[in-house]
Amino acid sequence: MTSLPSLPTPKKLGLVIDLDVCVGCHACVISCKEWNTGGYGAALSDQDPYGRDVSGTFLNRIHTFEVVPEGGEVAGEGGAARIVHFPKSCLHCEDAPCVTVCPTGASYKRADDGIVLVDEDKCIGCGLCAWACPYGAREMDLAAGVMKKCTLCVDRIYNETIDAVDRIPSCVRTCPANARHFGDLADPHSDVSRMVAERGGVDLMPEQETKPVNKYLPPRRRRPVADSAPLLAENADGAKGFFAWLDGVLERI
Amino acid sequence: MHPALSIIAFTTSSGLGYGLAVVLGLGLLDPATLAAKVAHVIAGLLIVGGLMSSTLHLGNPQRAWRALSQWRTSWLSREGVLAIVTFVPFGLLTIATLFFDRWWMVAGIATALLSLVTVYCTAMIYASLKAIDAWHTPLTPASYLSFALAGGFTTGAAFAAMGGGWFEPLAIVAAVALVVAWATKLMWRNRMMTVRPTSTPESATQLGAIGRVRLFEPPHMNGNYLTREMGYRVARKHARKLAIIAVVAGGVLPILLLVVAIAAGTGPAQVVLAVIVVLFHAIGVVVERWLFFAEARHAVSNYYGQ
Repeated sequence: MTSLPSLPTPKKLGLVIDLDVCVGCHACVISCKEWNTGGYGAALSDQDPYGRDVSGTFLNRIHTFEVVPEGGEVAGEGGAARIVHFPKSCLHCEDAPCVTVCPTGASYKRADDGIVLVDEDKCIGCGLCAWACPYGAREMDLAAGVMKKCTLCVDRIYNETIDAVDRIPSCVRTCPANARHFGDLADPHSDVSRMVAERGGVDLMPEQETKPVNKYLPPRRRRPVADSAPLLAENADGAKGFFAWLDGVLERI
Repeated sequence: MHPALSIIAFTTSSGLGYGLAVVLGLGLLDPATLAAKVAHVIAGLLIVGGLMSSTLHLGNPQRAWRALSQWRTSWLSREGVLAIVTFVPFGLLTIATLFFDRWWMVAGIATALLSLVTVYCTAMIYASLKAIDAWHTPLTPASYLSFALAGGFTTGAAFAAMGGGWFEPLAIVAAVALVVAWATKLMWRNRMMTVRPTSTPESATQLGAIGRVRLFEPPHMNGNYLTREMGYRVARKHARKLAIIAVVAGGVLPILLLVVAIAAGTGPAQVVLAVIVVLFHAIGVVVERWLFFAEARHAVSNYYGQ
């Protein structure tokens, strides 16, 4: 049924993504594709995979943004501008507009843990859910003709045939920088909820009123480059102990 | 948004068909005439052709029947259900006209009402999408409905000229409907050009507190489903020209020609003019529908620097 669960789901499983930590390596993109092309539902196809116009279905993509403060200079010119790597996948919204528009009942939100899934046997590939999602979280697989989206690795997180340490989404398991975290955002004492509270985690596009479950931790405030200048300066004024001795020795040579 | 030809053909064709069904449902053509009988068949073909065309863009059209199940929440599903429900009174009315030379009021009124509700459902598929600012307004169903009526009355007038009924009143209503339809459309377009985007790159990334956000590197070298489907936007200068073509072909010329046709009086000249009116109007509406998609910007564009 494409009605949303009438009550808030007891669990809100989702991701917390730390924009301060993500280094933009795209490892999560690849591990997501690798796991999900052989997992839940149809494979994630590529079109013209070895040709000039290669493209394919991905459930997780990394965008990279340049953020220029008021009066700042553009990146690469030593100004205050900064580069933010920005992983984006389904946010498993509480008021998921992609679910209610589905004409067939293929799109649904699970009442127990809040995961938004597509029952591919019912999907007619009309694409309306992808239009309804403001985040671009859904992509039509051109080979299978069905809508693909992040499943929160539903075939890993409850999978008792794999090691307990692996029972988290593939992207989270892979991230070498630990920028991605998985947990229950309905439980205020969970690690992810505490992280959101401490770091001021935010919803993307709150004005779209989708109430995303996934949260993003904004980049920490950065010290102005000018404040770091003394560290880089070529003098040893105020050096003490070993460094003062070394400075003296090197001066004498 | 990507202007899929199957969807443009569907909304244009079924809009015209349902508009004509309204005219027939109201009993404005004489059911005893051949022209009225042909009009019934044409309306049916336009509706069925449109609905079949709409299944062409599906990834798995063999499961299209499933789309009738979720009418509680989905406007697309409601449209499918209403389209089928409308066939019942429309079919009965067609049988009454074709075989018994009569207009059956109950079926007629039901056809007219259900046709309009079906067109409303079609429009609400688009109007309900908050992620697309241009569409998310009551002006969207208003323009779909007024275009269906304008198309229905111009087509109805053409069949009246062919002997199906009294041309002048239908032509006058058609001209008024054309004015209303294009006035609504111009309001719609004016709103689209001036409305403040609901979401911006800053709100999409929530990095606005740091500064202005600009896409530095897209996720992949090439486009993807999202950029092809949602990123499509027609060049502004072309859009302007096409909008003018749409208004002139779909509105100005049909109104002028309707006036000429009334002045020409009953005869072959009136028939030819009335048919040309329908053709011009259809061309105008196809261009208008193409722009409806091609000019609309989707919120996901904020992540793609568009």
